[in-house]
Amino acid sequence: MIPTQFEYVAAKSLDEALSLLGKHKDDAKLLAGGHSLIPAMKLRLAQPQVLIDISRIKDLSYIREEKGQVRIGSMTTHYQIESSDLLRRICPLLPETATHLGDVQVRNKGTIGGSLAHSDPAADWPAAVLALDAEIVVAGPKGERAIKADKFFVDLLTTALEQGEILREVRFNTPQGTVGQSYVKVRHPASGFAVVGVAVNLSVNGGKCQSAGVGITGVAPKAYRASGVEKALQGNALDAKTLSVAAAHASDGVDANTDLFASGEYRRHLAEVYTRRALGTAVSRAK
Amino acid sequence: MDDLPEKKDPKRKPKSGMSRRNFLKISGVSAVAPFAAPLIAATSVLEVEAQAATGMQGPGKVPVTLNVNGKNLNAQLEPRVTLLDALRDQFELTGAKRVCDRGTCGACTVHLDGKAVYSCSVLAIDAQGHQITTIESLSQDGKLHPLQQAFVDNDAQQCGFCTPGFVMACKAFLDHHPNPTMEQIKHGVSGNFCRCGTYAGIRAALMQAAKTAKGA
Ligand SMILES: Cc1cc2nc3c(=O)[nH]c(=O)nc-3n(C[C@H](O)[C@H](O)[C@H](O)COP(=O)(O)OP(=O)(O)OC[C@H]3O[C@@H](n4cnc5c(N)ncnc54)[C@H](O)[C@@H]3O)c2cc1C
Ligand code: FES
Ligand code: FES
Repeated sequence: MIPTQFEYVAAKSLDEALSLLGKHKDDAKLLAGGHSLIPAMKLRLAQPQVLIDISRIKDLSYIREEKGQVRIGSMTTHYQIESSDLLRRICPLLPETATHLGDVQVRNKGTIGGSLAHSDPAADWPAAVLALDAEIVVAGPKGERAIKADKFFVDLLTTALEQGEILREVRFNTPQGTVGQSYVKVRHPASGFAVVGVAVNLSVNGGKCQSAGVGITGVAPKAYRASGVEKALQGNALDAKTLSVAAAHASDGVDANTDLFASGEYRRHLAEVYTRRALGTAVSRAK
Repeated sequence: MDDLPEKKDPKRKPKSGMSRRNFLKISGVSAVAPFAAPLIAATSVLEVEAQAATGMQGPGKVPVTLNVNGKNLNAQLEPRVTLLDALRDQFELTGAKRVCDRGTCGACTVHLDGKAVYSCSVLAIDAQGHQITTIESLSQDGKLHPLQQAFVDNDAQQCGFCTPGFVMACKAFLDHHPNPTMEQIKHGVSGNFCRCGTYAGIRAALMQAAKTAKGA
């Protein structure tokens, strides 16, 4: 389990990383926390000739709130999100999601940007950023662009990132008013990844649902926004009946994964049950 | 191990991407990973001198300095060498164990700037400039660290192979949670596996060590 040989370069700035990426193109891979890439390189599923380390770029690691928006730099580790007092206060969904992700060692090294760029269909962050209706900001040779989360995940291991682009930041509007959030997950007993993971971000007014964001991971080749669930909640009183009716739409129109551990049918079932639970918890937390 | 003979085939360009089928071997979707990695590889041998100017290092050996247990240690390593292999093979610090070698079991746990990490999944070259702490630093003057003593007192090891990694994971946990609850312990050291099933002893050891630290 030794990777093939490669050249290593620690980029000092985003511009330097972009220019290196432009120069080496497909021969290069970005190294963030390495917790998806290094195991893959050891198994020789990935054999980059050049490894561009972006984890040392200081201004890619931050959690900030400014002008009504939360901004998280792509090299922010899972642990930094888990332990952020700011996020616990203004967007507890993210620290909660982090506590479910892998284990301590993984959270100390892995980054939110690396996870989103890798886009494992069972990863946790995609569900949360979908529920928050976040934008993924990417830097490229022609400047920057912002991609809505529901346009970012394209297919299994495939995102809207193009050749030469680097994921720079995740940003979303600071949740306002009466907000209820939750992330629930069926952990795969061996890998810890999500068999099903459901993230919910509700805004409540007078007992009624003002807006709902529901992101689901683990079920399909890519994480998705459960728009059927969101529509069924919108404008309605958040009682047990509404939640049940809404949760029944958890895997509408989705081609569910089947593997040794869970059939597509079982995943659909779990998606419904866990969506109902995630909604229930979010409603109970809405204050 | 730094100089593994690579099969060189100039026509074959290594791919940096992952195929859909191969991906299933490591993803969260299918945890059962068949270890049938294709051993195809090729290396582009680039001029070492030309690299110095651009900050490019490797693919051959390059000077690497690691700060381990407060001392700077130097070695010539290929960029692909992991921190774990550097510690074990270059510096003879064999406390951290190589078991899964893919970030799953925790036997290779060391601290990077006080945080527990899997040294098998960190490149040595990338660990430069950080403070690395290994199990070898815990006992002082032949006296076990209270946490190590707690492992002994609570029968927290059988074969002992997972123990150094577990002790380091527990140490990082206690440093961050001086008054742990059982729930916090279960969550906080979940990155380490013990084939012999000594988990109950380890949890008891953690509780004892937390008490000792407070009494001291
Ligand atoms: C034992 C174990 C358990 C895990 N359990 C879970 C889990 O339960 N849930 C979960 O969600 N994840 C889990 N993971 C995955 C973990 O979260 C990874 O850290 C994460 O998927 C990748 O982040 P990274 O920073 O390590 O990225 P890397 O491994 O460094 O990179 C991953 C990929 O993204 C690319 N990349 C990285 N950063 C950028 C960027 N800024 N722009 C463009 N491309 C980029 C890289 O080139 C590479 O192809 C687990 C990993 C391990 C080893
Ligand atoms: S050897 Fe590193 S986690 Fe198993
Ligand atoms: S004591 Fe044997 S593996 Fe833990």
